[in-house]
Amino acid sequence: MTTGTPTEETDGAAKGASTALDPRLLVRQEGFKGYAGDLGRRLRTGELGSVPVVVGLLIIAAVFQLQDSAFLSANNLSDLFIQSAGTGLIAVGIVFVLILGEIDLSVGSVSGMSAAVLAVFNVNQGMNEVLALILAILTGTAAGALHGFFFAKIGVPAFVVTLAGLLGWNGLMLQILGPTGTINLDDDGVVAQLTNHYFSDKIAATGLATVCSLAFLGFSLLDARRRKAAGVPSRPLSEIILRTVVVAVPAFAAAAVFNSYKGLPLAVVIFLGVVLLSDFVLRRTTYGRKVFAVGGSSEAAGRAGINVPMIRITVYAIAGTMAAVGGMFFASQINAANQSSGAGSLLMNCIAAAVIGGTSLFGGRGKTWSALLGALVIQSINSGMALLGTGSAVRDMITGAVLLAAVVIDSVSRRTQKTAGRA
Amino acid sequence: MIHVSATPVLALRGISKRFGAVQALTDVELEIHPHEVVALVGDNGAGKSTLVKAIAGVGPADEGTLEWEGSPAEINRPHDAQDLGIATVYQDLALCDNLDVVGNLFLGNELRARGILDEVEMERRARELLATLSIRIPSVRIPVASLSGGQRQTVAIARSLLGEPKVVILDEPTAALGVEQTAQVLDLVERLRERGLGVLLISHNMAEVREVCDRVAVLRLGRNNGTFQVSETSQEQIVSAITGATDNVVTRREARTPEVDQ
Repeated sequence: MTTGTPTEETDGAAKGASTALDPRLLVRQEGFKGYAGDLGRRLRTGELGSVPVVVGLLIIAAVFQLQDSAFLSANNLSDLFIQSAGTGLIAVGIVFVLILGEIDLSVGSVSGMSAAVLAVFNVNQGMNEVLALILAILTGTAAGALHGFFFAKIGVPAFVVTLAGLLGWNGLMLQILGPTGTINLDDDGVVAQLTNHYFSDKIAATGLATVCSLAFLGFSLLDARRRKAAGVPSRPLSEIILRTVVVAVPAFAAAAVFNSYKGLPLAVVIFLGVVLLSDFVLRRTTYGRKVFAVGGSSEAAGRAGINVPMIRITVYAIAGTMAAVGGMFFASQINAANQSSGAGSLLMNCIAAAVIGGTSLFGGRGKTWSALLGALVIQSINSGMALLGTGSAVRDMITGAVLLAAVVIDSVSRRTQKTAGRA
Repeated sequence: MIHVSATPVLALRGISKRFGAVQALTDVELEIHPHEVVALVGDNGAGKSTLVKAIAGVGPADEGTLEWEGSPAEINRPHDAQDLGIATVYQDLALCDNLDVVGNLFLGNELRARGILDEVEMERRARELLATLSIRIPSVRIPVASLSGGQRQTVAIARSLLGEPKVVILDEPTAALGVEQTAQVLDLVERLRERGLGVLLISHNMAEVREVCDRVAVLRLGRNNGTFQVSETSQEQIVSAITGATDNVVTRREARTPEVDQ
């Protein structure tokens, strides 16, 4: 033995757990003090997480509220949440692709195309609306899988494949929309309800907030108990309560806002459900672990027996699916599919939402929650600018600046992490 | 000296491998016993990596047989080697920087409970494994990127042990490490021997070979150039076997036989 083993270490060996710890290294203390210290250290070493985006969101809200007091009204906030669902859902797919360390430029076109598929089958062909909806979403899945196939199996750079998709799917959309270029959807149909239905009973929003908070508390406590039983470090009760409060306060605040307008919007429920589900898939399943592994090092992942091409194809299929789902929400907002569906700044907004929310462009890190936070930032700017009556020119400049700021934060935090030995 | 059993856990007999016009390995013999650290040394291009690839199933040999615990075995794919109980740690460690230590240890073999990743059990086993190997790591929940080179190497070796192998092949585990980190890794190699594993250690560093290895197998130009008991051999003898500036009974006999064949 070249490294002297202190006697305390040998005592620790009996417990089995503490021997893996080097006494020289920073070990987190239990309790609040340890939590605060750990948070401070993580911020200093560049692990910023959601902090910049939450701060940004608060600043944006404060600035617009000072300019126009209608910004924080229940009406405006409720609309803002509903309108951010489309962008956010597409951004969830982008988060998956970014974790792989790749990019998908086709999501805007895919969302437009799937809206057109829905409209053509439902309105022109008279197909059952739910069936047409499923078919439209599957079209997105297929388009995404096709991108993934060319990228993973043929080896074409993802940037180029999805750039081809950006053009190609947009062309296909124009083709199937036909000469009129606009197909109106049924005003009372399922798709129309996506962004127009509210659960007006007050119990819906409050209940959902309660269920979410209690579920968070319950799972945290259960996890801590299992960890304690297994003899591995667990979160202290004080920290669990603090985290639950951090979850519960915005949840109940949002519920109060929705209830003082028309109620809990269906769009918000679906969006939240998708974010929760995708977060679960990424963090709690083998599939998610494999996605992160491929994003970290495809070489290492391959040697560990992971089917790298399969992961890549499925991730692009997920991005295509989410693009189609987002497309349904955009179609629902205008209650039609037209030639401008999925065009304009939509693609950039979706990618920006994922990055602004804190998902790294460099691959290997990210959370689907960043899609939610980022979409809220984008939509807040849109909504605030609309209230102030500034045109799209100023709006685009500001959104561009925010995206640049997000990428700068991402790059700088990555560099800080590197110098702090954490990347 | 720890007792070495008579039957080698892994024995290579007359391994040959060609790459086009190059005869990379010619009639190479190698034995690894349980409770034994065997060094595989040789100059650049001597065929060390080729031999490792043949054992690991990455580049199967053209000729020769392989015996596993006394009976013939076939290794044609990496999977075959793993199934037998051979774990290989390559020089580039193949760790995912963004995953934490637990994630890397169980990568590709994640534990699940009802379809969901069983993080608690994985963390418990990871801590247990690291503790039995006396591996010191700040936390099993930090990304591997934040570990030092030596710590990364120990994590890579620990990962290879999860499949309960009987033979561990380490390809230049200390090549890029500093003094303290090298010491950590060599400590770990000794602990592998204490656990009854056969270890094949590829190295360029004579000091560390003499420090931890029981036997040294020298390759030169794709052939065996002697096998030495470390305790009975001087560093000069090993170096001369590597460079070819050698004249001893073993190498003369080795050199004579194959030349007659060709």
